[in-house]
This record gives sequence, structure tokens and C-alpha cells, in this order.
Amino acid sequence: MTAAVFNTAVLRTEIRLFRREPGHLFWILLFPALLLAVLGAVPFFRTPDPALGGLRPVDAYVPVAVLLGLILGGLQGMPQTLTGYRERGILRRMSTTPVRPSALLTAQMLVFGGAALLSALIALTTGRLVYGVRLPRHPFGYLLALLTAVLAVLALGAVISALSRTARIAGAVGSAVTFPAMFCAGVWLPVQAMPDPWARIAGWTPFGAAARALDAAAAGDWPGWDHLGVPVVWTVVLTAAASRWFRWE
Amino acid sequence: MPVIEVTDLRKSYGGRPVVDGVSFTVEEGEIFGILGPNGAGKTTTVECVEGLRVPDAGRVRVAGLDPVADHEEVTRVLGAQLQRSELQDALTVREALELYSSFHPRPADWRPLAERLGLAPKLTTRFGRLSGGQKQRLFIALALVGDPRVVVLDELTTGLDPRARRDTWQLIEDIRANGVTVLLVTHFMEEAQRLCDRIAVIDKGRVAALDTPAGLVRRSTGATVISFTPSAPLDEDEVNALPGLVSVEHRGRRITLSGTDETVDAVITLLARTRVTAHQLRVTDATLDDAFLDLTGRPGPNEEVTA
Ligand SMILES: Nc1ncnc2c1ncn2[C@@H]1O[C@H](COP(=O)(O)OP(=O)(O)O)[C@@H](O)[C@H]1O
Ligand SMILES: [Mg+2]
Repeated sequence: MTAAVFNTAVLRTEIRLFRREPGHLFWILLFPALLLAVLGAVPFFRTPDPALGGLRPVDAYVPVAVLLGLILGGLQGMPQTLTGYRERGILRRMSTTPVRPSALLTAQMLVFGGAALLSALIALTTGRLVYGVRLPRHPFGYLLALLTAVLAVLALGAVISALSRTARIAGAVGSAVTFPAMFCAGVWLPVQAMPDPWARIAGWTPFGAAARALDAAAAGDWPGWDHLGVPVVWTVVLTAAASRWFRWE
Repeated sequence: MPVIEVTDLRKSYGGRPVVDGVSFTVEEGEIFGILGPNGAGKTTTVECVEGLRVPDAGRVRVAGLDPVADHEEVTRVLGAQLQRSELQDALTVREALELYSSFHPRPADWRPLAERLGLAPKLTTRFGRLSGGQKQRLFIALALVGDPRVVVLDELTTGLDPRARRDTWQLIEDIRANGVTVLLVTHFMEEAQRLCDRIAVIDKGRVAALDTPAGLVRRSTGATVISFTPSAPLDEDEVNALPGLVSVEHRGRRITLSGTDETVDAVITLLARTRVTAHQLRVTDATLDDAFLDLTGRPGPNEEVTA
């Protein structure tokens, strides 16, 4: 008898619960696209900028919006939900059934990972329809960059859940990590425009590396193994840490 | 063959023994109670049976399986209602019942179960909006939905109103009639007395007594209580010399003696010999409460506070 780490009914339930959480729907799915729409309304954002290689800031902002949904879901939404499940004995309750509580962990990763991809799609569509931002010209590279980023962020979210005893602590730790993550992803200043020490440091984080990979793929280039490799290495290290420290109760 | 075997179970937290050598066996189809004051180690004991906690020492078997090593197999035969647990707030009652029945290979039909537990009108209500009693009833349903051979219920009727409590007791008797073995943790004497075939009284992590409810009462030192108002004062020395006497209590002119059947006979003889009439004579058997007091030195935590 295999210890099932995946259960369809659990996944379906978690999708349903995600849809019933207005906070998740707004912050993860809508907010990044909304931010893009609002910023793009400012004329400056629609003026080509030599510092961005001739791109308009709104063009450079699409990958940022794509990463933003991922960050908010993976570092805020998932750790708080998962830690709450542990704190409230929901994982423990599931331990008394033939389904392992790890099925809930897997379902959470799939739900927030899926939500991040959906959020990316909404941001891309908004950029395309509202401001005529070109769709990624290297779609496969773009998807690969996005997937490696999703994995790294979910692994980081899992570490936050592992280290936080309560959902409140997970919220606080998540916020503390979210702001630097947003900075590295280029929310305040796109990575292409960051001055050197910052750009280099950001490039070593999964968010900065992912931003670079997305930029490259958007422009039609192969994202490069270095930019793809950084999130992968982070994923491996963080997953090991999360599985070492995660407690079911 | 016993369905549950617990032998010399031990568990400490921070160097303090919480379960300190507990042993008992539960036979197939039995309702076995674990009774004891708060903090006695009841929950720790049954959570070792459920495989949720790992014993420091001792042996636990459920249907011959080790709840830790063979955890998955044990979850197929054992249903559990935990003393403290919750569900996702936005999950409805129906969704919870459907989800948890899908976890089991051969689930019971959850509809009649929900009906019996009075959850039928609440099927579309979200868990977060249920009252304490409704949540409790849902957890009882979830413990039974897998059609288990053994069900462990920890503080079964806490938070239920008297009516729901009686309905739940009837349900437990019915599932036992279908051959299910029940391990019941409780601190309600009435519940233990009504439901249990045998009871282990646990105090400070040890089994203080293990017997049928009637056996426990019989064992208690002042098993019989005689009270009356004598028409004339009785001689103190003669009263104190009564055989089997455990205690004497005077309240105004009324006198209350506790002792054994022998004491009763001797009191009647004494009254006849001294030509004293006993007004409002009452002879009652001690209750499980008295037995509990004897065993644990504490009054039974029966004065329930309705949650
Ligand atoms: N996980 C734990 N960590 C530390 N102490 C615990 C833990 N679980 C139980 N205890 C302690 O063990 C004692 C017995 O607890 P418990 O088994 O819940 O008693 P009961 O169910 O009889 O009220 C209590 O003093 C409790 O504080
Ligand atoms: Mg308890």
C-alpha cells in the first residue's frame, strides 16, 4: 500500500477553497494585472527608455507583474494557509485517515503554483490587450523560466511554513521575505535598470534571476542556463530544508 | 482475541511521565471507557492507540497491527474523533463528509449518518459557521464514515446539549450492536455508566482500577449509604462500632452512615434493640461518582459546564 502524496479529491477541495477566499483571488490573480494597468496609464510608462534598451517601462513591467502574483501566492498565501492547517489540527485530523497529510501539502503547492500561472496569464493578457505589449517571443523559454521560478518560490514558501509555528508568524515571516523578493523581482526598479551591485545581488536570488530569464525570453532570446539554473539550485536547497524541518503537528 | 492491546505504555513530556505504565485490552464488540480527571493522560493514551503519538515504551496493537509502524493499515480499521481538531472554515458539511468518505476503501453511506447526528439541515453550512455542538457532531460522523472496526472517541459529548448527548449515546450503542468496538474517553460519569461494558480509571498516568461500572461501584469503600432521622439519639459508641462502617455524618438530627450491606443489617438490629424509630430511612448504593472519588481522591468532574 503506497503512502499517497497526491489525492484528487483533496486537490479538488483545495481548489474550491481557494476560490472561496476573496483575498487570494484579489491579491494573487487580479492585483498584479491591476498594478500593470494603473502604472501603464501614466504617460511616462509608455515612453521608450534607452536605459531599458528602448523598451517602454510598461513592457519591462509585464515580467515583474508575472512574478508579483507568484510571490504573493507562494510567500504569503500558501505558508499562511498551510501553517493554519497545521496549527488548527487539520493535518493531524487527516493523519487518522488512510490519506496522508502530505496530500494536503501537495495540493497546496499545485493550487498556488497553478494560481501563479493563471495570474501570469492574466498579466500577459492585460499587457497585450491594454498596452499592446508583445507576447513573449520565446514562449518555451518564457514558460521554462516561469516554471523554475514557481518551483523556487513554492519551496521558499514551504520553508516559511516549516519554520513558523502559527499562521500569524507565517504571515509576519512571509511579509518580511516578500518585500526583498519584490525588490529583487524589480517591482520598484526593473532589474535591467538596477545599478550594478544591486543587479548582481538580485541576480543571485531566484526572483532576480527569474526576472532576467523572463526578460530574455520576452525579447525572443533563450533565457540562458545561468538564469534558469539559479532558481533550480534554490529549489533543491530549499526543498531539502523544508522537508528536514517541516512538522505535521 | 482482543482488538486493542496496550501493554505497559509509557510516555513522558519534558522528563515528566504523563502515561506511566498503562495496560488494558479491549475485546471485539466491547465499549471500553477510559475515565479520569483532566490531565490524567487519557488523550495521550488513546492517541498512542491511534498512532498519532509515538510511545516511549510499551506495546500497542490494534487488530494485531502496530499503530506507528503499520499506520496506514491501522487507519483503515480505526476511526478517530480527536479531542481537539478543526476543518477548513470554508468547507461545507456535505463537502467534508464526501471528502472524508472518499478517503476510505469501503465507506459507510454518510447520508443516514448525517441524518442521525442531526446534520441533515446543515449540509450546505460552512464549518466556520457551525456551533460547537454541530462541529462535534460532524467530527463524530467523520470518525464513523469509514465504516471502521474500531472507533476511538475522545470527549465524545463535550459541548453537546443533553438531548444531542442522549441521541449520540444511542448512536454509539447502535454501532456497537453492529459489532464495532468502541474506545471511549470521557469525564462524564453518567456517560461511562450508561455506555461502557468496562472502564479503566486513569489517574496520574496509571490505571487506578479496571472493572465493569457495577464492579467499580461495589469496590468503593462506602458502597452503601444509610440515612435516617432517629426518634431518639443513638449511642455514639454503638454507632461507631457498627461492622463495615466507613463514615458517619451528622446533619442536625439526621445521620448518614456509609458502609456495606453488613452495616445495614447491623443498623436495623441496633434500632430494633434500642426501640428507636428511623424516620425517612433511605438506603442507597454508592454511585460511580463515589467510586471515582475513592480512586482518585477527587470528586468526579461531573458538574459539567455547558460549552
Ligand atoms: N504534546 C505535549 N507536550 C507536552 N505536554 C503534554 C503534551 N500532551 C500532553 N501533555 C501533558 O500531559 C498531561 C496529560 O495530558 P492528556 O493526555 O491530554 O490528559 P487528559 O486527556 O487525561 O486530560 C497533561 O499534563 C498535559 O499538559
Ligand atoms: Mg484529554
